[in-house]
Amino acid sequence: MQLLFEPGFFSNASVRGALVLGAIVAVVSAAVGVFTVLRSQSFAGHALTDVATTGGAAATYYGVSVLAGFISASVIGAGSIEAIGTHRVRRRDIATGIVLGAATGLSALFLWLDSSTSTTGATQQILFGSIFSVTGSTVLDASILGAAILLVVALLWRPLLLSAVSTEIAAARGIRTKLIGLLFTLALAVTVGLTSIAIGSILSTALLIGPAAAALRVTRTVVRAVSLACALGIAATWLGILFAYDSKYWSSSGNALPVSFFIVSIVFFLYLLTGLPALRRRFARRTPTSVQGTRPAPQAASAAMRTQ
Amino acid sequence: MFSGFMVNAWEISTIVAIVAGMVGFFVVLRGSAFPAHAIPNGAFAGAAGASLVGIDPLVGLGVFSLLAALGISSLGRRGRPDVATALALVMMLALGAAFLSQTREFEPQVLGLLFGDLFGVETRKILPIALLAVVCVLAVATLFRPLLLTSLVPEVAMARGMRPHLIDTAFLVVLACATTMTVPVVGALLIFALMIGPPAAARCFTSRPGVALGASVVLALLAVWSSIACAYLSNWPVGFFVGTFCAGLYAIGRIYEVLAAAMSRRLALR
Amino acid sequence: MSVPEVVREARAVLEVDDVSVSFSGRTILDHVSFEVRPGEFTGLIGSNGVGKTTLLRVILGLQKSSTGAVRILGAPRSRSSRSIGYVPQKVLLDPDVPVRARDLVALGLDAHRIGLPRRSAAQRELVERTLDEVDATSFADARVGSLSGGEQQRVLIAHALISRPQLLLLDEPLANLDPKSVQEIVALLHRVVIDHGVAVLLSAHEMNSLLPVMDRVVYVTGGRAASGTTDEVIRSDVLSALYGHHVDVLQLHGRVLVVAEPGAATDDLPAHPTLQLD
Repeated sequence: MQLLFEPGFFSNASVRGALVLGAIVAVVSAAVGVFTVLRSQSFAGHALTDVATTGGAAATYYGVSVLAGFISASVIGAGSIEAIGTHRVRRRDIATGIVLGAATGLSALFLWLDSSTSTTGATQQILFGSIFSVTGSTVLDASILGAAILLVVALLWRPLLLSAVSTEIAAARGIRTKLIGLLFTLALAVTVGLTSIAIGSILSTALLIGPAAAALRVTRTVVRAVSLACALGIAATWLGILFAYDSKYWSSSGNALPVSFFIVSIVFFLYLLTGLPALRRRFARRTPTSVQGTRPAPQAASAAMRTQ
Repeated sequence: MFSGFMVNAWEISTIVAIVAGMVGFFVVLRGSAFPAHAIPNGAFAGAAGASLVGIDPLVGLGVFSLLAALGISSLGRRGRPDVATALALVMMLALGAAFLSQTREFEPQVLGLLFGDLFGVETRKILPIALLAVVCVLAVATLFRPLLLTSLVPEVAMARGMRPHLIDTAFLVVLACATTMTVPVVGALLIFALMIGPPAAARCFTSRPGVALGASVVLALLAVWSSIACAYLSNWPVGFFVGTFCAGLYAIGRIYEVLAAAMSRRLALR
Repeated sequence: MSVPEVVREARAVLEVDDVSVSFSGRTILDHVSFEVRPGEFTGLIGSNGVGKTTLLRVILGLQKSSTGAVRILGAPRSRSSRSIGYVPQKVLLDPDVPVRARDLVALGLDAHRIGLPRRSAAQRELVERTLDEVDATSFADARVGSLSGGEQQRVLIAHALISRPQLLLLDEPLANLDPKSVQEIVALLHRVVIDHGVAVLLSAHEMNSLLPVMDRVVYVTGGRAASGTTDEVIRSDVLSALYGHHVDVLQLHGRVLVVAEPGAATDDLPAHPTLQLD
């Protein structure tokens, strides 16, 4: 035990706060992330962290709640992407790019206008976050918003799943795919706004996409994918926090390596690991629904739907 | 406005706009907006690493943007491309964070790369950037037709013996090259705006590929020049104007597209 | 057949010889052999999922076969054979891409070339003529992505034709088209065969629209194929042997119907349309 946990790991308040917040963020990101990956919205999921940052900069300048700034900018950004883009993936990418570019410009303006913070300091804070400087109110905000997001995802579960398999089939069954898409993107925006202020934009994207994409590679139903993604996300976060805490004691200089570095490395490793052909085949064969493994994706996706 | 340090700013911004307009044309055509965002952002980790070991940040930028391009292309081959891009990006950024944590010395200099410093370009930096620009422009001109066909009908291109994946990788390498030269000048965040806005606007005005490529360069030049002029006059950050003007160009393009469609429908009715 | 065997062999544009393909233990193609001769219209007929696209991919060199070989003009096929023109299945062209029908056809001429395109007057004239051949002049300046399915199909045929290939491969070009467009495309391809002596190999799951123009047929089911003229292949005994159980071939007002006996084991059969209404 002593080898693994350096002194004071469990008694340290900021470590405990980080562990709790990390778990909340990992669970919410996993649930939203699975659908983000299925709907190919990774770019929007990442771009909204930068858009949220603009809101943070604006909020600091006008002296209002930074959390509100993050979330409202992210939601406005998501709404603009949906308004400009359509169902066509390439045009949606461009819409995301345009919104991201404009938001970045605004960011530069607010950071410049706000002379009280130095540009570089604010940028760094926002980019890398600081899971160790968690306050009780952040945990409370995160729990409430996280619960709300999970509720929305649960409510939209079946239409989301069907639209992810085929928008045509979903539309033919009377599902308003555009509305569902908009609602999901807004949920994504709130998630990203929340996680990017809580843990920084790098970790926000890493925990949104990484565990979900890894889980989707080795499971054949969405319920299992979400469960596995939660487990992977929590494992990566906690291990990362542990390593970051311990890393203080690794070198003589006492410079701890950042927690984001460890968490992202673990997530990246998990993604590479689940991509190994042997592992994917093994998991694919376990479920009775996949057919001989020749072309599992479409059949498995529709089978996954039927079973739920 | 046209003297002293401003001369360098005008020259360098012209070079950057030409490259962004040409490379961006294919970024938009191929739906590579996410890699175009990820490569410059990820590359900044290279600058951080270079500062740490004490070599020229430009070398670090070059190595890391190349690594990002190859990583995205090889990961994207085995999984969803957008997932591959997102994970490659966060991995590079996390590495950058790790590098920065080991030294506080170069922090402002490296983080400055995110927004760039157009007005602080030294004269001796113009020549290497111009050389890289020539390489990028030549590469895009060389690959023009294969890039066009593989992004439009990859099946046909494959049947003709082209390898879309190889061409894709080549394009990402060009993107990496463009990144290396432009990031220190306009910053990682704004080169992206320049590579998306003007090209996306350009194709709203024309259906001819060659004309669209030219229009993309012209619009990028317009955006950058007017941004510099506005920034000089107002003293506001140039990045704000670049971001806003690029988005504005796209808005104008889309409005034109809608109006032109409505006009031709009315003409057809007569 | 009066032509001596050796001469006939040498003349074949395409020889598919004993080709088998299997994906992770499942056999998709099972020792398929046939050939396509110059100036002939050959239909590759079979219901969805019998391996027609896989076969075309083998011919194009995009898919490796576990046995057998493909020869183009008597030589083993190389990856970048320009003697084959290819029109893929269900292309969805991006309407945002600034490429006109004219540009896509011109790319058929020189897409493999590097450098910015500078086309000579003769080349532009050739593009014009090819557009005319496929009746695409009226929409030559429209964006390809904004065209209808049948129009896109014609532009892609022109793209394939302009480099004057010996063999034109088309993967299900008639699927998802309305009956009028089907007739137009079939007539167009027939004209191409007659005027240019190009061999056409066209895959389809429905053969009646092709009957008037088809010189030979390759009928695929269950990974196996029978080939010959329509009269040689579309017969009850040949198709029964191919399916492995009895099927009837009915001729009705110039249309052909392939039907199975009621109650026949159908688990090894392709999906419904072939057996109901072919």
